[in-house]
Amino acid sequence: MHIPDGFLNIATVATTYAVSVGGVGNAVRIANKKLGEKQVPLMGILAAFIFAAQMLNFPVAGGTSGHLIGAALAAILLGPWAGVLIISCVLIAQCLIFQDGGLLALGANIFNMGIVASFSGYYIYRLFTSLMGSDRRGTLVGGFAGAWGSVFLASIVCAVELAVSGVLPMAVVLPAMAGIHTLIGIGEGLITGAVLSLVLATRADLLQLQRI
Amino acid sequence: MKSKWWLIGLAVCLLVACLSPLASSSPDGLERVAEDKGFIDLGQEAPFQIIADYVFPGMENEAIATILAGLIGTLILFGVACGLAWLLKSRKGRAAA
Repeated sequence: MHIPDGFLNIATVATTYAVSVGGVGNAVRIANKKLGEKQVPLMGILAAFIFAAQMLNFPVAGGTSGHLIGAALAAILLGPWAGVLIISCVLIAQCLIFQDGGLLALGANIFNMGIVASFSGYYIYRLFTSLMGSDRRGTLVGGFAGAWGSVFLASIVCAVELAVSGVLPMAVVLPAMAGIHTLIGIGEGLITGAVLSLVLATRADLLQLQRI
Repeated sequence: MKSKWWLIGLAVCLLVACLSPLASSSPDGLERVAEDKGFIDLGQEAPFQIIADYVFPGMENEAIATILAGLIGTLILFGVACGLAWLLKSRKGRAAA
């Protein structure tokens, strides 16, 4: 869902940059207060894993592929503000080194896949664990739902940005983006669930860390 | 052994990066919509290219060039995110105000 340069108009570029700079600044401020020794290697591992996993496009229906965003996974393990920081690191590196996602569109990409996906994924997960309990079943079901919801909502916000930029009418771009990402979100949910299951089996204490 | 769990984690990440040539080369969700709805041509090339499209430049074997790009990116992200987290963590206490 990395937006290249040329899709968004100047007003959308400026607005999303302003919101993302503010969001990342706030994430730095909060992490500065709350981040502890134990979270340091986990931040590194999650950023490295999410980068590597984002390269692995998996096929979905009709000659289309999808890949992990990873914001929900990062937010579930470390909290939504840490998720914003991790995804921002990944997106900035992808933009500057790998020419994936435009320089002008970076603000929108951080907003969609960093801020929107982290917070929606985290709070959907929390909703499920508060209803079902945070045992193994609640964690995995909540992880799947949070991951699916994060992709779905990020795609809707992306569609709104495209429509506001005058690329296509909302009535055309919104159902198209939401439709294909309904399927891609299933992949996100399955990968997130598999990683959470692995963490539960090997280092369940990581799920008890303070969320940021 | 327990304190070195992140080494195992990093090894898993590097293994995942080595699978990158197996990735589907079909357009992703946004690219599919952009192609179907006819606005893919609005997209502009980046003004500079370093390891563009996850293929390390100047290599004959594209699979190896992709794996190399993946390994480099994975190590960079591990270093950058650990470094950022370490900076933020280490200032805790000193700047308690």
